[in-house]
Amino acid sequence: MSATHDADPGALLAGQVGRLLAARCDAATLAAIERGEWPGPLWDALEELGLPLALVPEAMGGAGLGWQAAGRVFVALGRHGAPVPMGETMLAAALLAAVGIAPPAGPLSLTANGGERVPWGRHVRHVACCDGETVALCDAAGVTWTPGANLAGEPRDSASPGGVVLRVAPLPERLGGEAAASGLALLRACQMAGALAAALDLAVDYAGTRRQFGRPIGRFQAIQQQLAVFAGEAAAAQVAAERACRAVDRHGLAAAAFEIGCAKIVAGEAAGTGAAIAHQVFGAIGFTAEHPLHHLTRRLWSWREEAGTERYWAARLGREVQALGGAMLWPFLTARDDQDPIP
Amino acid sequence: MPGLRFDLRDAPPGSAALRREVRAFLAEHGRGWTPEVRGRSWMGFDRAFSRAVGARGWIGMTWPRRYGGGERSALERHVVLEEMLAAGAPVGAHWIGDRQSGPLLLRYGTEAQRMRLLPAIARGEAAFCIGLSEPDAGSDLAGLRTRAERVPGGWRLNGRKVWTSFAHLCDWMIALARTAPAGEGEPRHAGLSQFLVDLRLSGIAIRPIRELTGEEGFAEVTFDNVLLPEDALIGREGAGWAQATAELALERSGPERVLSSYPLLAAAVEVAADPVPLGRLVARLATLRAMSLSVAGMLEEGRTPAVEAALVKDLGGAFEQAVPERLRDLLDVADAPEELRRLHACVTQVAPTFSLRGGTREILRGIIARGLGLR
Repeated sequence: MSATHDADPGALLAGQVGRLLAARCDAATLAAIERGEWPGPLWDALEELGLPLALVPEAMGGAGLGWQAAGRVFVALGRHGAPVPMGETMLAAALLAAVGIAPPAGPLSLTANGGERVPWGRHVRHVACCDGETVALCDAAGVTWTPGANLAGEPRDSASPGGVVLRVAPLPERLGGEAAASGLALLRACQMAGALAAALDLAVDYAGTRRQFGRPIGRFQAIQQQLAVFAGEAAAAQVAAERACRAVDRHGLAAAAFEIGCAKIVAGEAAGTGAAIAHQVFGAIGFTAEHPLHHLTRRLWSWREEAGTERYWAARLGREVQALGGAMLWPFLTARDDQDPIP
Repeated sequence: MPGLRFDLRDAPPGSAALRREVRAFLAEHGRGWTPEVRGRSWMGFDRAFSRAVGARGWIGMTWPRRYGGGERSALERHVVLEEMLAAGAPVGAHWIGDRQSGPLLLRYGTEAQRMRLLPAIARGEAAFCIGLSEPDAGSDLAGLRTRAERVPGGWRLNGRKVWTSFAHLCDWMIALARTAPAGEGEPRHAGLSQFLVDLRLSGIAIRPIRELTGEEGFAEVTFDNVLLPEDALIGREGAGWAQATAELALERSGPERVLSSYPLLAAAVEVAADPVPLGRLVARLATLRAMSLSVAGMLEEGRTPAVEAALVKDLGGAFEQAVPERLRDLLDVADAPEELRRLHACVTQVAPTFSLRGGTREILRGIIARGLGLR
């Protein structure tokens, strides 16, 4: 971490989260969640850092951090495959607070329309349900959950109809009708950036120690060139995710859909390429249940499918660009970055 | 990733107004550009256009005023370059001087060399080419054989450079030549020096080389006992490798490593039958622009982001090459309007150079691997 980031509250918090997860989020913890166990002590430790209310304004008792700061935390959560709905809780609390509903304590989740599978549904206390016009605070305890899971074994549960709605408030324009979907896409893009960085570190480390033909395999150009491609993809995912967070800080969730879509596409593409290279470098050992690599790669394969695939977002972006027309594409792209408005 | 970070940069203040200014200029000057001109962009050489760009103060923008520069920031320069490339402007006559020869002279040249050349570059009048590659020294540049010997009053240059872009149209070359054998135990790149070569000197033969496109974009330059004056040496005798390497960091990091095929992408937007490949390309492009700007910011701070520059060039070149290929998923090129077909044909043919010029893909990935600690 460079000196410029030490002063950044997001970097400080992400550093704390990273150290905590490095110490506490081991393979046994990751395996336990796949058996349906809730890692209570890990959740409690993360909660103590004040993460759930990180995005909630100070006036409502939160930390009042911005999305770039939160993004760093999302990346750290992804890097360690943290098996708790902390990102979802941060997002749900932010949405609730934005419509004037005080976020309740404990793990939260969020859903765009209730029909889809809710991340961590059976483990959370409340769900923020966005239907395009309102945010509703729903009691998760009264819901009958049908357990499901993504490829990585993370809970993705279906709710029976008829949960108890505790509060409802209209969605403001700045959040937009797709606030939950956009927020989840941003979270998954950041998590993928983190998981890619971690998988790259593992693969580079392994290439430096695993010996064949009398030398570390990382000495072979064939391996070096593959890992260089991986590094490029990981860096692109990181930059795309940070750009999206910056856009949300500047323009709000609704108006940042373009950058969020870019991040989800680029991170999703990087996930496919990076996971494949990581497994190629590790060989058979990386395919075993015992080796930790799959905790990262199965999450990468899961997260790229969630909150809008590359195809979904690319179709949206592509149609948006076509509506603008080719001559307006360049002015559009540059105006997204310029600080001073183009009349 | 140890030490590999791309901090986001903000566009410089006033960039929207600067972009509008450049767009108005390009709209006026670009009326007659054919698809082949726009498809080649910085592989196109147009002295009149370069003089017009110079008259607007858009060459040597960051240099001190006393050398004809504009004392503007590297990020403002980045904005102007992006606009030129997005429009497919034929910037080749001033591109090399602005990007690397001028900055090299600023850093290592004598006051006399700077006063003589920098204002002329900034006016768009002095065109430079890069004398690095030789018949037997491409990626393995340290194996070059062109040599310069001290003679009374100067240097005698013998040897051959090849694949030199626009050498037959340029005024000056900055050539890397051996001035002493690498000593026992010294690295192979010891004993190299850089020279300022006036391409009108006697003993220089320049033979344009026809590309597969039919154009003559590069050339072979032969030096047969060329007498260079004493002050042709740039920087320190024997320090040529370090100087040339610094030059390469500038050569690899600019927006021309991302935007070379942008005019083709823009031209395909309306006729694209499938928005998905289009959206994927646009997402990549938006991300790569941020990465390229990030490297420009590092350069502005005086850092030498060699690994980051290599990474952006590698990713950017792959994107540039993907544009003409992915376009074939977007639409049936054979049935496309003529203008688009010609642009596609042009970019398809020049695309192989995107991962060759300025360091091959394999060399770049080797640099990234070294950055990862693998070499």
